[in-house]
Amino acid sequence: MAREKTRGSVGGARLKRMNLPGHLLMLVWAFVVLLPVYLLVVNALKTRVGMYSDPFALPSPLTLDNFRAIINQGNFFMYFTNSLVVVILSLGAILLMGSLAGYGLAHWKSKAARGLYFFFIIGMMLPIKIATIRLMELMKLLGLFNQLWSIILVYTAMGLPIAVFVLTEFIRGLPGDLYEAAHMDGARRGKIYLSVVLPLIKPALATVGIYNLVPIWNDLWFPLIFITQEDKKTVLLAVTKLQGQYTTDWPKVFALLTLSALPVIILYLSMSKQFVTGLTAGAVKG
Amino acid sequence: MQPTLRARKNSLNPGGFYWFWYLLPALLLYTVFMAYPMLDSIRLSLYTGTTGQRVYAGLANYLRLFTDPVVSVRFWNAFKNTWVFFAFHMLVQNVLGMLFAVVLTSRTMKGRKIYQTIIFIPCTIAVMVSGYLFRLLLNPQFAGPSLRAMGLSFLVRPWLGDPGTALNVVSLVSVWQWVGIPTMMFVAGLQGVAEDLLEAADIAGCNAWQAFRYIKLPLIMPVVGMIAILTFVSNFNAFDVVYAMTGPSGPPNYATDLIGSLFYCYGVAGEHPIGIPEPGVGAAISTAVFVMLLLGVLPTLRATQGKE
Repeated sequence: MAREKTRGSVGGARLKRMNLPGHLLMLVWAFVVLLPVYLLVVNALKTRVGMYSDPFALPSPLTLDNFRAIINQGNFFMYFTNSLVVVILSLGAILLMGSLAGYGLAHWKSKAARGLYFFFIIGMMLPIKIATIRLMELMKLLGLFNQLWSIILVYTAMGLPIAVFVLTEFIRGLPGDLYEAAHMDGARRGKIYLSVVLPLIKPALATVGIYNLVPIWNDLWFPLIFITQEDKKTVLLAVTKLQGQYTTDWPKVFALLTLSALPVIILYLSMSKQFVTGLTAGAVKG
Repeated sequence: MQPTLRARKNSLNPGGFYWFWYLLPALLLYTVFMAYPMLDSIRLSLYTGTTGQRVYAGLANYLRLFTDPVVSVRFWNAFKNTWVFFAFHMLVQNVLGMLFAVVLTSRTMKGRKIYQTIIFIPCTIAVMVSGYLFRLLLNPQFAGPSLRAMGLSFLVRPWLGDPGTALNVVSLVSVWQWVGIPTMMFVAGLQGVAEDLLEAADIAGCNAWQAFRYIKLPLIMPVVGMIAILTFVSNFNAFDVVYAMTGPSGPPNYATDLIGSLFYCYGVAGEHPIGIPEPGVGAAISTAVFVMLLLGVLPTLRATQGKE
C-alpha cells in the first residue's frame, strides 16, 4: 500500500517502506486468531483447579490426564478411524471418477459432451444441503442409514463438480502431441489414461484432493442426520455429545476439541501452500 | 508453445461417443446422489406426510411456511436473522479480507507468508469445534474472575445468553473463522494486477486510496463477485455455527435461529415438543433457499463475471 515515492524526504520514504500500519494491523489480527487457539491448547493441558485459577496462564502443573481420559474412556480412536475411512474413500472415489470424467470430457467434442460438462459444473454453485430431505429417504430406501457408505456417497457426489471442472480444464491444457505419440504407438485410451494422463495431472489431483479434504473432514451436517449408531460416528459427532458428557470438566472438553482440530491444523501447517491453492481453487476459475 | 489439446479438433477421437463410458461412473453417482435429490426435493415440497403415506398438498407447505401464525413467525425471524448474519460477513469479513489482502500484497511488505498462514488457520478448523470453543470461552464462568481482576469486567457478560447480543456474537465468530478465504482470494487477484499499471499511477501522483479505488478494485471485480456469491450461498446454508454455539433451535428465544437451523428443526429433527419432522415443510424451506440463491447469484454473476 505504502508505495515508495520518488519525491519526499528519504527518511519518510524509508518509514513508508516499513509498512508500520500494515504490520500493526496484521499483528492485531494474528493476536485475535491465536488467542482462542492458545486458550484451547493450554487449558486442555491443565487440571480443573489450574484452569479456574487462571485460564490465561501457561499450564502449571502441566498434565496429560485429560487427553488420556478422552482417548481411554471415550471411543475416540473409533470415531477417528471412522472419519479417516470416510475421508479416504470419498477422496479416492472423487479423484478416480473425476479424472476419468475429465479425461473423457476433454477429448469428446460434441454438443452432448458440452451439455454434460455444464450439468456437472452447476453443481459447484448449488449447496447439496438443499437435497437433504430427499437424500434421507434415499438412504433409508437403500438400507444405507447408519452406514458410513451413506456419507461417503454423498461426499463423492458433492466433490465431483469441482473435480470434473478442474481436471477437465487441466487435461485440456496438456500438450496434444503427447497423446498423438502414445496413440501412434498403438496404445489404447485406457492405457493412455493410466500411463500418460494420470502422471501428468498429479498437481491438479492434489488441488482437488485438498479442496475436498477439509470440508469432508469438518462436515457435521450429514453425519448428524445419517448416523445415529455409536460405532459409526465420526469425530465431530463425538464433539456434539459434549453438552451432556463433561459439562463440569472443561479441561477434558478442551482436550477433545484439541484432538479434533489438531490433525487438520498440523496437515495445514506442514503444507500450507498447497492448502491455499487448493481451497481457493474455486475463485480462480476463468 | 506446443499446441494444447484444447486447440486441436479431434486428437484421438474416432467414435466420440465411446468417451461416454469414461463419464458414466461420475455421471451416475452425481445424478443419483446430488442432482436428482435436489430437484426431487422441490417436488416433495408439494406433499405432506412421509414415505409411504405421502399426500399431494399443492402449495399447503408454502402457505404454512409464509402465513401460519406459528411457523411463519419462525420463518420470517430466521429469514431476518440470516440477512443480519450475511450483512456481518459482507461488511466485516469481506472488507477485512480486502484490507488484509491490500496490506499483504504491498510490494514492500515483509513477513507476508507468516501472516497469511496465521489468518488462514481458523478456516481449517471444523465449525463445530471452533463454535463450541467460543461457546466456552465466552461463558462468564470461564474467564469472568480473571477478566474482572484485570479490570476488564465490561467483557464479562452472558454474550450468548442475551438475545440482544447473541446473533452479533455468533456472526463475529463466523467472521473470525472465515476471513481467511476472501483474504487469500483477494491476494491471488491483486497479485495479478500488472505492476506497470501501478507504477504509472504512482508517477501520475495517485495516492494509495486512489490506486486502490480506480485501478485495483475494478480489476479484481470478478473475484469480488465470486466472494459475494460464496458468502451468500454459505450464509444461507449456515447451520453448524448455531448448532455449536447456541443450540439447534437458535436460542435464546430464537435470536440466533438461521434458515439453516430452521430447516434442520422442521425438516430433519422435528420441532422440540412434538419431535416429528415435517419433510414437506423442510423441502419447502430448501426450495425457498434454492430460489433465493438463484435470484441472488445469477445477477451477481452477470454483473461481475464479464461477458460470459
